[in-house]
Amino acid sequence: MSTHRTQTGGRIDRTRKVSFRFDGRTYTGQVGDTLASALLANGVHLTARSFKYHRPRGILAAGSEEPNALVAVWRDAARYTPNLRATQVEIYEGLQAGSQNRWPALGFDIGRINDALSRFFPAGFYYKTFMWPRRAWKSLYEPMIRRAAGIGIAPTLPDPDRYAQRYAHCEVLIVGAGPAGIAAALAAAKGGGRVLLCDEQSELGGSLLSETRAQIDGQSAAQWLAQALAELAANPRVTLLSRTTAFGYFPHNLVGLVQRVSEHRETALPGQIRERLWQVRAQQVVLATGAIERPLVFPGNDRPGVMLADAARTYLNRYGVRAGTRAVLVTADDTAYQSALELAAAGVAIAAIVDVRDQPGAQQLAAAHSAGIEIFAAGTVLGTRGALRLRAARIGQRDATGAVHFRRSVVCDLLLMSGGFTPSVHLFSQSRGKLEWSEELQAFVPGAAAEATRCAGACRGVFGLSRVLEDGAALFAAQHYEVSEDGPTPGAGWLGTLPQPVDADVGKAFVDFQHDVSLKDILLATREGFHSIEHIKRFTTTGMATDQGKTSNLNALAIAAQRLQKPPVEVGLTTFRMPFTPTTFGSFAGASRGELFDPVRRTPTHEWAEARGAVFEPVSLWMRARYFPQEGEDMHLCVKRECLAVRSACGLFDASTLGKIEIVGPDAAEFLNRLYVNNWSNLAVGRCRYGILCRDDGFIYDDGVIARLAPDRFHVTTTTGGAARVLAMMEDYRQTEWTDLAVWLTSTTEQWAVIAVQGPRARRVVETVVQGADLSAAALPHMALTRGYVSCEDAPQIPAMVFRVSFTGELGFEINVPAGYGRAVWDQVFEAGQAHGIVPYGTETMHVLRAEKGYIIVGQDTDGTVTPDDAGLAWAIGKTKPDFVGKRSLQRPSMNDAIRKQLVGLFCLSCTAPLEEGAQIVDSRGQSVPMKLIGHVTSSYDSAVLGKPIALALIAGGRARIGQRLFVPMPGGEIEVEVTSPVFYDEKGVRLNG
Amino acid sequence: MAETSLYMRMLPPMSRWILQGGADALSAAARAWPAGLSSEACRARGQGELHALWLGPEEFLLLAPPDHEPRALREALAGMPHSLVDVSHRQVAFEVCGPDCALLLSAACPLDLDAAHFPVGMCTRTVFGKADIVLWRTRADAFHVEVWRSFLPYCTELLAEQVQN
Repeated sequence: MSTHRTQTGGRIDRTRKVSFRFDGRTYTGQVGDTLASALLANGVHLTARSFKYHRPRGILAAGSEEPNALVAVWRDAARYTPNLRATQVEIYEGLQAGSQNRWPALGFDIGRINDALSRFFPAGFYYKTFMWPRRAWKSLYEPMIRRAAGIGIAPTLPDPDRYAQRYAHCEVLIVGAGPAGIAAALAAAKGGGRVLLCDEQSELGGSLLSETRAQIDGQSAAQWLAQALAELAANPRVTLLSRTTAFGYFPHNLVGLVQRVSEHRETALPGQIRERLWQVRAQQVVLATGAIERPLVFPGNDRPGVMLADAARTYLNRYGVRAGTRAVLVTADDTAYQSALELAAAGVAIAAIVDVRDQPGAQQLAAAHSAGIEIFAAGTVLGTRGALRLRAARIGQRDATGAVHFRRSVVCDLLLMSGGFTPSVHLFSQSRGKLEWSEELQAFVPGAAAEATRCAGACRGVFGLSRVLEDGAALFAAQHYEVSEDGPTPGAGWLGTLPQPVDADVGKAFVDFQHDVSLKDILLATREGFHSIEHIKRFTTTGMATDQGKTSNLNALAIAAQRLQKPPVEVGLTTFRMPFTPTTFGSFAGASRGELFDPVRRTPTHEWAEARGAVFEPVSLWMRARYFPQEGEDMHLCVKRECLAVRSACGLFDASTLGKIEIVGPDAAEFLNRLYVNNWSNLAVGRCRYGILCRDDGFIYDDGVIARLAPDRFHVTTTTGGAARVLAMMEDYRQTEWTDLAVWLTSTTEQWAVIAVQGPRARRVVETVVQGADLSAAALPHMALTRGYVSCEDAPQIPAMVFRVSFTGELGFEINVPAGYGRAVWDQVFEAGQAHGIVPYGTETMHVLRAEKGYIIVGQDTDGTVTPDDAGLAWAIGKTKPDFVGKRSLQRPSMNDAIRKQLVGLFCLSCTAPLEEGAQIVDSRGQSVPMKLIGHVTSSYDSAVLGKPIALALIAGGRARIGQRLFVPMPGGEIEVEVTSPVFYDEKGVRLNG
Repeated sequence: MAETSLYMRMLPPMSRWILQGGADALSAAARAWPAGLSSEACRARGQGELHALWLGPEEFLLLAPPDHEPRALREALAGMPHSLVDVSHRQVAFEVCGPDCALLLSAACPLDLDAAHFPVGMCTRTVFGKADIVLWRTRADAFHVEVWRSFLPYCTELLAEQVQN
């Protein structure tokens, strides 16, 4: 065992050794160690290079507030996590970790040159030095900043681990399982409600885990803790979560927790859960998040070996590690004396105590004197010596006039500092609770809460073990705790920089360790005229690192306030944002990856299409067959064959994904009148009509065929992608605008499988399948519907609705059957179609066929700025209707401007391949950039039946340009096109009536 | 979640209707439907294999055996403004059973499924992951889940994923 490890004590398992690697060297620790405690036990303080200046940095803290010791931990190339705080990484056998931000090695770092050049990297350097010449940004400055400024490397392989999620509900959520949180949990549990107690550390207990002296109700802190946790664990209404960080506080008492499930385990099991995200909705939230010790600001305060006093006490008492052999304590607070005395008792030589205050506490002074420790009252640290590790501290003292004099250089390898304690108000602030400035504590404490939130213990400025325990319990039921050997409670401590002579090197006195912001930077910001901490923060980047300034915010604020001669509250406090500590993307994604990223909706004929080798495409959440290639066909050949088959014989298409809404009630027609642009009152039962739905701004929102099934019953179809939003829009109007109408809406999208049979021979195919219905042209003309049935082996009478509709321009039928029978009926239709040359076709062919007829697709030929008239659909508008959604907007003069973009067709004159969709259109050759663009191509295909490419386009004043020649400028040159009617094929529509 | 008795099973085909209407129509329907309609929000009522699930102040989901024809209901509603739409094939149902069924669903359902807050007989529209579902607690250790048919594979795969967790 190393000399740094004590012989006894602590919560580590001294019987179980763990070997691990850090920066390629193998070390030994004990089960229960963190990476930080294990490295300290091996005498390793140097763990990182700093962000901007690549200065050597050590371990400052013992908890999640650690700003310096950021490490990467990995099991393999895919399981590689950068930027973990060494103070939170639990070691296991074989753990591999490495320092970051250094090259080629931690001890010798080329980037250190930044440190020597640090006068060229002042605060705000992003905004200044590099602004000129502008061209140098891309080639020089940006790559340089990026290379210099990175912390850690992101893994490149997919994450093999799994992440679970859980919603939880409780009456009381307690964040922080220190003495306040545990006392609160014990009291809350007596109320019988569900209590959830979480803590970010590997063990519940907080400060009790490093408490060796105090006795609670006659027991040691450890005994009391064990008993309290056993009592809580035995209660089935209580959930205890260790290794669980409450990272975000969301409205209505929703708190996000991340539980680290397997990160600390030696073996990574295949498919293991790495983390679990908890979304906890709590009736009450208790924040017992403790306080964070403040560093002091003096030159050289970032040297490895400089550490927070309370952290050194934690390493000693909880991990059995002496963080050094000879220490100096610099403190502005009585509590740190205890740390020094406990370290002294454990064999660490305390070379001196430098008390910043003129009058250190009498009791503490006496205790230090009796331990033989030299004390410098009104003291200060003027600097530190050492390269990669602290070797000495330069101690000074103020005289009666306030002038600072150098006293002595004291050899030490550990410099403990304590500027007092900052209540951890992050989550309270996230909950939008108001913070108040406490003059007594010189810190922000929780004020009025915005949620059902209460705070207990040190996070609200209550210190001292007995007071903290009682503060936690009192939230639910007052309880007295008898605590002996309760130490001193922290006071105001010290804010801002320690007293320095005028020529002090303020550039080496660090305020924000993680972002390398020094005293000099903050002073510069105030000289540059920044008066608000919000601006100072952005100029200097103080508090903007991944630790969100847990150790630095108050010092930065105090320095600025002193310099500006304002009270700190007037300079302000920056907002705390989630996450409290960095949180993995994996925990947010949870199961939403791969197949489960989104639901994949498949139609009843999906397997059939798959078996025939269909190529699919996603359309909203649906998977639709795009084309059905045969041996040797590419998409182009396949679509050409499918198109010709539909035009010459018949095609079979699965239209089940179309949205369907059944609108029922005596006012159903009136409801549709008010929504759609068309007139519905005069639609006869048994007939269909093409409907257009606008938004209230008058632009096309959706379209589809609507059938009247009965006087009070309509069957509305919508676009595949628009189904949900159209129903939502309808419900919105129904429930909020037109409460006078007796009408109700039901989505029937998935009730019906829709089998479209299109082509000149379609009737002969459908006739053989659908019985009990007259499908003749006289009985069932275009845009009519009838009912019949289909007989299958298992179901003798499958009810079928047959719509005579066409999205191809051919004679067409859409057979609607209950979805569960969709596949069986499809099989029958395909079978019956064999004699008639039936060919299954997909969405690509559907697109070509409809484009040949100039039928629009909402979202392809419209973009949210196209009116019915722009799309050539003004004929659909019910001119006599008093109102419909969008009518008022369509009456605005600009909506009827002759130069609005209108839908037209384009024939290509100088090309054989289709135009590019989205290509811009100009009206003359040889324009120089920027050209005058008059429109763009919306749809473009090779038309098999016409033997040439066709396109639809939106062109300014397009209808008046029919016959004109326009140009499509492309990288390879201009393509000449002729403007035509958008109906390319069978303009008179005779085929529809076949 | 080592409970071996935790399982999910598909429920047999059913007849389903969405009944919507005003107060008059719903009280007439309540008299004609064997077990009546709940006037309490988010509650199911049933008799034998006929059930009515409250989905909204004007909306119920009616469940019955396959090919059940609700003749009495239609007669009672004749002439009254209402909407009765057959959705038998729109959705399918599965059941999640076992002592930990609420915990399992809590992986992807944001509601409080504790028996005190979601008692037997309670039903509501909610989500399971990214799928809309109707969730109905039929027993202390069983939930009946109604989901649109194309979302079934997503739901079952997401459940399977959670069982592993």
